[in-house]
Amino acid sequence: MSRTSFATFGNELYSGKRSYPFVAKRNLWFLIAGIAILISIIIPVVKGGFNLGIDFRGGSEFTVSATENTDVAVGEKAVTDVVPDAVPRVTNIAADTMRIQTERLSDDQTLSVRDNLVSGYGVGEDQVTSSFVGPTWGEDVSRQALIGFGVFVLLAAVLMAIYFRTWKMALAAMAALVVVMVVTAGLYSLSDFEVTPSAIIGFLTILSYALYDTVVVFDKIRENTADVTISTKRTFAEQVNLAVNQTLVRSINTSVVAILPVASILFIGSFLLGAGTLQDLSLALFIGIILGTLGTIFIAAPLYAALRLNEPELKKQEKKVLNRRSLEAAAV
Amino acid sequence: MPRTGPGTAAKRTLVWLGALTALLAILLGAGSYWSTASWSPRLALDLEGGTQMILAPRVQGGSDITPEQLDQAVEIIRQRVDGSGVAEAEINTQSGQNVIVSLPGTPDPETRDLIQASAQMEFRPVLTGGPGQAAAAETPTPDDQLPQPAAEPQNASDPNWITPELYKEFEALNCLDPAALEPAEEPAPADRPMVACEPDTQGKYILGPVEVPGTDISTASYGLQRSQQGQTLNTWAVTIDFNDEGTQTFREVTERLYAIGSGDPRNQFAIVLDGRIVSAPTTNAVIPDGNPQITGNFTEESAAALSEQLKYGALPISFEIQSEQQISATLGADQLRLGLIAGLIGLLLVAVYSMFQYRLLGLVTIASLVVAGVLTYLAICILGWTENYRLSLAGVAGLIVAIGQTADSFIVYFERIRDELRDGRGLVSAVENGWRRAKRTVLASKAVNLLAALVLYFVAVGNVRGFAFTLGLTAIADLVVVFMFTHPVLRLLAKTKFFGEGHPWSGLDPRRLGGIPLYRGAGRLREPGEKPVTVARTKNKGASAEAERRLTIAERRRAEQQKALAGRAGSSAAGSAVADPTVADPTAVETGAGRPEASVPARTGSTVAGRTGSSQKETKE
Repeated sequence: MSRTSFATFGNELYSGKRSYPFVAKRNLWFLIAGIAILISIIIPVVKGGFNLGIDFRGGSEFTVSATENTDVAVGEKAVTDVVPDAVPRVTNIAADTMRIQTERLSDDQTLSVRDNLVSGYGVGEDQVTSSFVGPTWGEDVSRQALIGFGVFVLLAAVLMAIYFRTWKMALAAMAALVVVMVVTAGLYSLSDFEVTPSAIIGFLTILSYALYDTVVVFDKIRENTADVTISTKRTFAEQVNLAVNQTLVRSINTSVVAILPVASILFIGSFLLGAGTLQDLSLALFIGIILGTLGTIFIAAPLYAALRLNEPELKKQEKKVLNRRSLEAAAV
Repeated sequence: MPRTGPGTAAKRTLVWLGALTALLAILLGAGSYWSTASWSPRLALDLEGGTQMILAPRVQGGSDITPEQLDQAVEIIRQRVDGSGVAEAEINTQSGQNVIVSLPGTPDPETRDLIQASAQMEFRPVLTGGPGQAAAAETPTPDDQLPQPAAEPQNASDPNWITPELYKEFEALNCLDPAALEPAEEPAPADRPMVACEPDTQGKYILGPVEVPGTDISTASYGLQRSQQGQTLNTWAVTIDFNDEGTQTFREVTERLYAIGSGDPRNQFAIVLDGRIVSAPTTNAVIPDGNPQITGNFTEESAAALSEQLKYGALPISFEIQSEQQISATLGADQLRLGLIAGLIGLLLVAVYSMFQYRLLGLVTIASLVVAGVLTYLAICILGWTENYRLSLAGVAGLIVAIGQTADSFIVYFERIRDELRDGRGLVSAVENGWRRAKRTVLASKAVNLLAALVLYFVAVGNVRGFAFTLGLTAIADLVVVFMFTHPVLRLLAKTKFFGEGHPWSGLDPRRLGGIPLYRGAGRLREPGEKPVTVARTKNKGASAEAERRLTIAERRRAEQQKALAGRAGSSAAGSAVADPTVADPTAVETGAGRPEASVPARTGSTVAGRTGSSQKETKE
């Protein structure tokens, strides 16, 4: 039943019978994006940055899994017995998993805390893992991530400019990408999600996803606007808008299909595994996939139309289309 | 069926895909039978349990480290870890700046310190030497016969360095015990004497203080020895190249050692790396130019090894542990299990959604995902065997995320086919045309995916690599599957009755997709670009115009006949009206909207009215 209506929805979008004014209302979307960016920049400044994980602060971390005892005090005592003036952060990160973070401990201290945790929480030695991270590790990761971001954006922009034979598409795609990145970062700051190296991998993957989505939609735009100058049926902006509408079903289906596996990792990660690679990665992806799809539809495509609207040839074509329309209106 | 038709081509492509898969499977099978390959992927430490340390090498003086230095650093650590008896350790470089050490289990503090210790090469003079075994416990040298220093040592070769304690230590040292060959935890102070083993010869020595530090070595090389006449001899030699300071000190040292004369152990100097003697050559000449050549019973391998070790001497690298993670084997197994469950749930949800959106076409998606999964699995196992690729938790996440990205290629393709159907094409040509357009989109978008994976792989640190690797691998698998499986299968399915006739359950029902056949009868095709909506809006008008057209085409002959008859037999009212040339001309009907109405009264003649009815019926069909 609903499939029928979805197919009809697709048909109507394809034929232009049903059309959403993505391009026509572009100034509204740009305004919203601008406000979102502004907020995303202000929030971290006001809040004093992000909730950085241990990889950025440096320190020792213990994870106790498969314990029935989730008493925070046990973990605190395990640390303070060994290092009296330590201020451990003990969190219950999943159903039966405790995480204890402290400043950096020496090897002997690490072993003692480990033993305390094993006896305190009544688990086997196998259930306690420990890790230690130097304070420069997170910086290394972020520096490399920034380099990766730069290299990828540059190469992808060149690739797109060559493939679509117009730098304006590349520019529009990159602008949308930046919006997605900044807003994702803003959401991270706002919600106090922990920023870990895994979350940063997720960020970088969003780049790939958002751009991938844009390429698919732009391909359709290129197809629709290939001979727009000799057509009097639709203006350039309308042609772009039609392309976005025609690929809307694909965009929805793709986002749903991409988000289902990510959501299942996120769900399992949060409830059974606790914070870790899988959860951090999937959370960043979950937010990024939604924003990436929205970014393509509301920013990239309208921005591309806006960038080209003032080209003399397209202005001439628009006049022709409008002329034809007013003539037809008069004839009726 | 023609031999070159799409069906034959599709079957051929599928055979190729089968052959490719079989080839990979046979390769892996052969590998597991005759070699070390396995049918399950090799797992990284975070899944298998163990310790992973990420080390940042620090060059003294704070200068940047070159890739070559990093490789040497890896070599140093590998020797240390192997020497400490840890099996299956893996040491790799990453992103040209870090060293990753992966060890099974939890390393003891000694191993940890060892890995971090800086590589210190030094040249020390030999004070005395002897065979490697410890003196028998019951017969140590009596206390009164122990060497007693008579005076303050004058130079590094002075036997006065040997104290009774040092000599006792020397006697107790057993170089046949592997434990004694482990690299020293704490480097001996440079200004004090030390005892050390030479693992290669299993000899032991008492050495004087450091005379030339390894940092004074510029480089080292090896090659076949040349005689003084310049002939190449059949023996291998290692040549050291000192810097200015090293040249100066080494000349002074060799002058002193050479003067001691051969036969005395003090004629030797020892090259010490990490507290072990790499080589203890005798001094045959004073070396004024800073280019000593070490000869002996070298094979090519041992000469190469020594020259490599000497190069480290120029490389005072120490290591700093940037991150260390210990994961228990059970936790790793738990994470893998839960990761796989998440993946299966994700796959199931995607399958359900595909079936919901694309009906039985969703089965093609599922089958394609399965094929992509099989190819990826085989590739991961083979890479684990040949390239020692290990699947990490981040890699598993990459595989799961890839489900969505792989399925997207199919969605792009299916939507294109649907668009073609909406334009009114038949399924066979919709599949071909849709593919032509989708192919480009899929290639362009996968290029973006691959680019992202490559950039991530080459610049990223930590466990990003495993993630980037699986993303790239699945992007390639996706391309293979779309081209070699999904498209050929759709080509074949397009010929089946079920899909070809657009069964409501096929997901490709033209009626549901609002498709209007391109072929509109009477040998005329509708333009594919012509939008169905235009037709719909003018439907009634169009239908009547159609009726007019058919009428006039059919009518024309009769009209002409009648006209001819009328011409012969005189005029009749009905005949002359039908013979109106504007009605007889089909183009006139299209251009002049008012004309058909004008001709209607003319059709009140009995024969004409009957034909009008029949042609209208035709149009409705």
